[in-house]
Amino acid sequence: MASELDVAYVAQLARLYLTADETKLFQKQLGDVLKYAEKLNEVNVEGVEAAAHAVPIFNVFRADEARDWFTAGQALSNAPRKANNLFIVTKVVE
Amino acid sequence: MTKRDLPALSIIELRDFLRRREISPGEALQALEDRINTVDPKIGAYLVHDLAAATAEAEKADVSLSLGGIPIAIKDLINVEGQQCTCGSRILRGYRAPYSATVIERLRAHGAIPFGRMNMDEFAMGSSTENSSAQVTRNPWDLSRVPGGSSGGSAAAIAADIAFGALGSDTGGSIRQPAALSGIVGFKPSYGRVSRFGLVAFASSLDQIGPLTKTVQDSALLMNAIAGHDSRDSTSLDGPVPDYAQNLGRDLKGIRIGLPKEYMIEGVDPVVKSAVMTAVKQLSSLGAEIAEVSLPHTDYAISVYYILATAEASANLARFDGVRYGHRAENVSSLFDHYARTRAEGFGAEVKRRIILGTYVLSSGYYDAYYLRAQKVRELIRQDFVRAFEKVEALVSPTSPTPAFKLGEKTTDPLQMYLADIFTNAANLAGICGISVPCGFAQSENGKKLPIGLQLLGKALDEARIFQIAHAYEQSTDWHKVRPGIESIVA
Repeated sequence: MASELDVAYVAQLARLYLTADETKLFQKQLGDVLKYAEKLNEVNVEGVEAAAHAVPIFNVFRADEARDWFTAGQALSNAPRKANNLFIVTKVVE
Repeated sequence: MTKRDLPALSIIELRDFLRRREISPGEALQALEDRINTVDPKIGAYLVHDLAAATAEAEKADVSLSLGGIPIAIKDLINVEGQQCTCGSRILRGYRAPYSATVIERLRAHGAIPFGRMNMDEFAMGSSTENSSAQVTRNPWDLSRVPGGSSGGSAAAIAADIAFGALGSDTGGSIRQPAALSGIVGFKPSYGRVSRFGLVAFASSLDQIGPLTKTVQDSALLMNAIAGHDSRDSTSLDGPVPDYAQNLGRDLKGIRIGLPKEYMIEGVDPVVKSAVMTAVKQLSSLGAEIAEVSLPHTDYAISVYYILATAEASANLARFDGVRYGHRAENVSSLFDHYARTRAEGFGAEVKRRIILGTYVLSSGYYDAYYLRAQKVRELIRQDFVRAFEKVEALVSPTSPTPAFKLGEKTTDPLQMYLADIFTNAANLAGICGISVPCGFAQSENGKKLPIGLQLLGKALDEARIFQIAHAYEQSTDWHKVRPGIESIVA
């Protein structure tokens, strides 16, 4: 399974540029990690329920009430670019 | 007691001085500041600390409260309004928190003063703090070695007496392992016990905030302040919080402690093994019954952990897109270019590695083979602990297979670094609580003392019992009284 990892392709999925050196290094290092993880194939998991987390709480609801939260100014306080109380974003459509 | 000696006090000891009005919170803070200025240039535990802001809080501090006037150092991934919160990452350089985490509100409600932003592995990914984009943190016992990680700044500061207490976070051992390597007390609460509202998420099914302190009693005191339900964290458990100090001082008669046979594996440093076995004898002499137990799926924990933690991290870190906060690449040619270059420029190597691994195990065609299978084995690991805790009240093991390793020793081999978490990962997968307390020293080749940590694990929400056992052990030994000493650090 480990040999199927294509770091360059996965980096595209993750929206992350890697240099040629990083790609080569990660291919080797993550190949080692995946090889180590192959031991999971030894385990009989038939009939075992997948555990998303370890505590028995599901579907947590709260009252649907308006609450005070950030002002526009606070929400924009760390914006890389902003104007007129709005985030300035990179062009999305041509 | 001179002002110069104040920073060596435990939280409880400092509280007594403050309550007797022998010193003021402002004086305690100034003494701490003086020592930070002397010692921290050698350690590198603090990223920043704002004496003026803390002094303003100290002037209003109510010393009758449980933590009144006590400065507490905060790992740089827990939001404190108005302060930086960089997670040790370039991508959040300059970020200022617009709100405070629930744990910060609770600390302040108990009179504590959040003081200082502590170094860490970038986004809490690492076991040595070497993955910080900001600076190196050194182990106060031997400056050529790591303090552990990812809460390495918090742990090193406690060990060097430049913090009275600290908050860290533990996703796979990031409180307990640096506590062990730095010779202090580190506590990981059960999943859901402490609110994570305001904690920057790494792996949401595993992360917990917890205290790093000089003593078990201090740890229980901080837990009394921060534990409890919070409607702003949907994973927060709604139930009564006991007084964690209630069992301190009780003996261990009738308490059964299990020694997992799978934890006494090859690869554990013989000095660590010997210190832990001596500690087990000590627990027995305090009245505990020692029994061998089995956790059959132990060998799979690291694999399960690194599949699930990276999968969750790859999703959580998708928010760092350079749109609303953090670094944004300039002169981009397209939206894809904007995202991919922002993230390439902002993240360090280990974070990139984990994003790739996490994205891969969640990707089409591999989800079932890796992610789903890992979730199933996680359930088997959880069941191992449930069965073990039918026979015993606590489990005992080394916290880390080795004492502190050298700076640079494991940075080129991620798998070796991952194996440093071999005894701590499983507790996060199972959602249980655990503590690391000092249990001895190894010696480095240059004659330095290297602390060894004893890990005690308890079932979910049985924190009070773990504090009882850890306190009884700690008070029957002198390990927690030994400190590296300012002379050896600033020599």
